[in-house]
Amino acid sequence: MTFTYDGSFEGLLSAIFESFRIKAAAEEIVEESSFQPGLFGNPVFVPSNRAQSQRVKAGLSQRCGPKAVEMLYHAFLSEQPQVEMLIYRFVKLTVSSPENILDNFREPVVLQLHRIQKQIHREVHRMHAFVRFQQTEDGLFIALITPDFNVLPLLPPHFTERYPAFRWLIYDAKRKYGLYYEPHQYHFVTLSFAQQRTISEELLTTAEKDYQQLWQTYFRSVDIPERRNLKLHLQHVPKRFLKYLVEI
Amino acid sequence: MIERIDEKLAILADAAKYDVSCASSGSYRKNSKDGLGNSQGMGICHTYTQDGRCVSLLKILLTNYCIFDCAYCVSRRSNDVKRAAFTVQEVVNLTINFYQRNYIEGLFLSSGIFKNADYTMERLVRIAKKLRTEHKFNGYIHLKAIPGASDELMHEAGLHADRLSVNLEIPSEESLKKVAPEKDYASAYQPMNYLAESITGYQEEKKTLRSAPTFAPGGQSTQLVVGATPENDYRILHLANSLYQHQQLRRVYYSGYVPISNDQRLPMLHSPPLVRENRLYQADWLLRFYGFDVNELVDDQHPDLDQEVDPKLGYALRHPEQFPVDVNTAPYELILRIPGIGVKSAQKIVQARRFGKLRAEHLRKIGIVWKRARYFLITAEPDFRWLGFDPDHLKQRILSERSRKHSSQLALFK
Repeated sequence: MTFTYDGSFEGLLSAIFESFRIKAAAEEIVEESSFQPGLFGNPVFVPSNRAQSQRVKAGLSQRCGPKAVEMLYHAFLSEQPQVEMLIYRFVKLTVSSPENILDNFREPVVLQLHRIQKQIHREVHRMHAFVRFQQTEDGLFIALITPDFNVLPLLPPHFTERYPAFRWLIYDAKRKYGLYYEPHQYHFVTLSFAQQRTISEELLTTAEKDYQQLWQTYFRSVDIPERRNLKLHLQHVPKRFLKYLVEI
Repeated sequence: MIERIDEKLAILADAAKYDVSCASSGSYRKNSKDGLGNSQGMGICHTYTQDGRCVSLLKILLTNYCIFDCAYCVSRRSNDVKRAAFTVQEVVNLTINFYQRNYIEGLFLSSGIFKNADYTMERLVRIAKKLRTEHKFNGYIHLKAIPGASDELMHEAGLHADRLSVNLEIPSEESLKKVAPEKDYASAYQPMNYLAESITGYQEEKKTLRSAPTFAPGGQSTQLVVGATPENDYRILHLANSLYQHQQLRRVYYSGYVPISNDQRLPMLHSPPLVRENRLYQADWLLRFYGFDVNELVDDQHPDLDQEVDPKLGYALRHPEQFPVDVNTAPYELILRIPGIGVKSAQKIVQARRFGKLRAEHLRKIGIVWKRARYFLITAEPDFRWLGFDPDHLKQRILSERSRKHSSQLALFK
């Protein structure tokens, strides 16, 4: 049977819950908005239901620990094709297996989920590293990002702990929404200005330009030509990040 | 205004770059609600230089004026270089503004010695203190501990800094005397020992009293220059090992000597000994995370690490009697010794084998370096290591596979 859901993680877990409830194995689970009719007959749309998704989470936590729920959420944020079915298979395995399967690296579903989670962690870590804030005239610090995965929901803990005292915005220019912080709360926001992928020069303070120049000077000065190794350099800083790094 | 700072920054960053330590890890410092920054244990590299080194901290000298004349150092007083000095406020502003823009994890502040040790150290400490108290800065601070500075200043430095370091630089005292006659080991060990004692003292206190102040929670580190003087790897690794054991250092850095000096007391190298430096780091990792004893890596017969193969593979080839290791039954410690298996993979192997016997396909998917590991392990498959275990043969085989790979990669660009 084919299930569709509203595109949220809660919605996906609700759909999975529904498939267990009506005892109909899922052959496909897709987001409602991207479902293409014709191939699989009539899909069942399952609306997001908090109580149901909570029950799935609680069941997973009980059997495999809260880390399993986190892993599935991270996999969901990867937006990889068919990731819904991968999550569904993990839940099914959990239900049918008497033991905690989270560390069963012999099982392809588990291994693949761990691999995706590792990619997510790496992307989050790269955001921690390569986000560059620019100070605008009205005191807001803005950073634009275009991550490979939808990692913005995972960024608040790091950045709010680090920068609690001023206003900042990290905007995902690919998915067109941002993480806006002002002391001491954050929201996810959509903005009209942000059709563009760069921040206009006029918005920036002169101090901002000075510090960008100083940072470029610093970056140039720490280079040791005798040790140059561009292959290693690119391995660490993939090309897709270069446009956001003021120093390179 | 900006031009002056720009010029100083160029000079004082350039002069600091041969200190290879850039770690921002191993220290936990929480932020306050109105503060700036934190340290979460895991370091972050915010960018990488063109030689592939991590840039985590704003690493600068306060000044490159120096009263000493150490042959290995660009800032030695007899060297004809441009000199500059930052003011305390300039360093503070750079740190805060770079940090706010997420360029850096914090500050690594070193200095040439001007006037005397106390005078220099006092300024380093003043900067750290200003950052911590006036600007509520909770990012990472690494300060150089200047040998000869008073215990009071060292103590205050420890209260504000995450990490302190005294660089030994030259890996034996006889060599040090030749290239830096004004220095000796005792003056470097004195502050190191003082710091080691304070760090463990405060750690103990913290166990019983949560409000006890933190003292250099990131510990201390040092740097050894490799290839400027004749010490072999045996000397260097034994020295490092003793620093880990007795001074409880968190890290020893190895810096392949970059021929920056035309000083007669130092060798002329065409290029820095990067492979040797890399092998030393690998050996250092084996000491700290893989349970190897230093004598297992270098000994009288093998005083230098094999540059062709990594030290773990080298160990395995010298000890055929200890292999193959059965991944399904061997203890974790032995699995960790198999070439091509790292800490993460070893942990996964031990976890996964509870669910059933592991075969080669499982190991590959777990992510071990199969082409190296396969000669040294047994899986649930029938053992078909038809090669036998002739170390020389194996080494040649592993090396030739590697060169085949390299040449085929090159062929792509022809």
